[in-house]
Amino acid sequence: MGFDRLTKGFSGLRVLKEGLTGNKGWTPHWRDPAPKPEYDIIIIGGGGHGLATAHYLASQHGITNVAVLEKGYLGGGNVGRNTTIVRANYMLPGNSEFYSHSLKLWEGLEQDLNYNVMHSQRGIINLFHSDGQRDGFARRGNQMIAQGDDAILLDRAGVQRELPYLDFDQTRFPIYGGLYHKRGGTARHDAVAWGFARSADSRGVDLIQQCEVTGIDIENGAVRGVQTTRGPIRAKKVGMVVAGRSSQVAAMAGMRLPIESHILQAFVTEGLKPCIDHVITYGMGHFYISQSDKGGLVFGGDLDMYSSYASRGNLPTAEHVVEAAMTLMPVIGKARMLRSWGGIMDMTPDGSPVIDRTHIDGLYVNCGWCYGGFKATPASGHTFAHLLATDTPHPVAKALRLDRFRTGRGILDEEASGSQHNLH
Amino acid sequence: MRLPCPICGDRDRREFYYQGAAVALSRPAPDADAAAWEDYVHLRENQPGDLDELWSHDAGCGAWLVVTRNTVTHAVSGAKLASEATR
Ligand SMILES: Cc1cc2nc3c(=O)[nH]c(=O)nc-3n(C[C@H](O)[C@H](O)[C@H](O)COP(=O)(O)OP(=O)(O)OC[C@H]3O[C@@H](n4cnc5c(N)ncnc54)[C@H](O)[C@@H]3O)c2cc1C
Ligand SMILES: [Zn+2]
Repeated sequence: MGFDRLTKGFSGLRVLKEGLTGNKGWTPHWRDPAPKPEYDIIIIGGGGHGLATAHYLASQHGITNVAVLEKGYLGGGNVGRNTTIVRANYMLPGNSEFYSHSLKLWEGLEQDLNYNVMHSQRGIINLFHSDGQRDGFARRGNQMIAQGDDAILLDRAGVQRELPYLDFDQTRFPIYGGLYHKRGGTARHDAVAWGFARSADSRGVDLIQQCEVTGIDIENGAVRGVQTTRGPIRAKKVGMVVAGRSSQVAAMAGMRLPIESHILQAFVTEGLKPCIDHVITYGMGHFYISQSDKGGLVFGGDLDMYSSYASRGNLPTAEHVVEAAMTLMPVIGKARMLRSWGGIMDMTPDGSPVIDRTHIDGLYVNCGWCYGGFKATPASGHTFAHLLATDTPHPVAKALRLDRFRTGRGILDEEASGSQHNLH
Repeated sequence: MRLPCPICGDRDRREFYYQGAAVALSRPAPDADAAAWEDYVHLRENQPGDLDELWSHDAGCGAWLVVTRNTVTHAVSGAKLASEATR
């Protein structure tokens, strides 16, 4: 179902027309419907992944009798709190084809949604600081090329050409080089949520906000619907897509998940003239940074490293992140920090996600995105919609199984640190 | 955030290493079945609210503690030595 781009959708012509006629023709992006008594499919969670699932259910599978139930407002969760890095630099089979697929969906997303998500392939440079790390990144780069994506191994002079403002001779971690992934970059996180929401709504999906799921109805091993703060709603299938609150919602179905919820913080400075062209990651210092299109330097680091459901972090991690920033690029000391915030991360023991059925008929789970689920948003929605619609896993997501933690087969541990909570 | 070490008193969070939910206190028998080990190694209650967790006072006395902490407010309501914690 295409948009009439001149009268309803977005286009240069439309902007011109509205500009000349007093901008009176713009309408809300989506309706505000009351819940119906029953749907074919209910998606719990109106974050990026839930909204993307709804979009692909409607656009790829023609399933539109769907509701997305969101306890707060659309995009108020992690999709609106992340640092917006989009990349396909995973290494293990199972992850690599999934994120590769996701990046290809990103590259066509704005046309698919008729929405400007400000996807910017400005390139990502992962710095390394030792010979051993160089070998590791060379191997990762080769795997990325083998999976059909791009990677260039930069030596020190190569990094100096791209990022002349870094301190290359810091006493602890002098910079040896970097792995440059040119198709990586950023996107405007809110716009991603809004674009998927608008598309799903325009195809007939009901997006229901201020509607918290408080129970999951199960009879004889099959799901029948959900209880919500806006009354009971029946459904043939239910997908749980609630990121940091996955354990809480799964418990409504009597399930325990391989998940610990942790807090991850992010920080932004006042708006500055363009100065950082890429996304830079400084793994040794637990620090990464990019510059938003508004000019703010957006940066973050590691988890606070304790279980938390508070959407805010503590000072020790903030201090650590800022110290790492000053070590890598002392120039940042001139910038004033405006804000910091946190989001609740659904951490799995092996650091990789889950897109799968559950042992309950009609109940599906999409969770375990850790701190890297924003880049996954299109592929997560695409493959979860496929699973919900066809009851078979999508080929690029078939490794993201829930039972890998019981059988030990197919553990997806990118960092090779072991499948154990608090190691990723 | 400060944690009340029974040996050292209230100490800054930076002095402690976090191990996670205090499941290590009920390790399954070596010959327990796969479900018991999945439960122990991977599955977690992970609900908002009070949680018993294991912290090590690394930069202090070195003791392992069982700390009861609220995961929504971060308020700590108790701490005892792991060696004295009952199962
Ligand atoms: C600070 C920070 C930085 C990050 N940086 C990056 C990055 O650079 N790159 C990257 O790829 N990823 C990043 N991430 C991770 C990424 O944001 C998440 O993995 C991803 O957004 C999770 O999927 P989501 O968008 O669907 O989650 P959310 O937006 O959190 O959606 C889940 C929704 O479910 C709703 N919900 C919960 N319980 C219920 C209920 N009972 N009933 C109804 N609704 C419910 C919530 O209100 C929420 O809106 C970052 C995260 C944070 C916090
Ligand atoms: Zn002590």
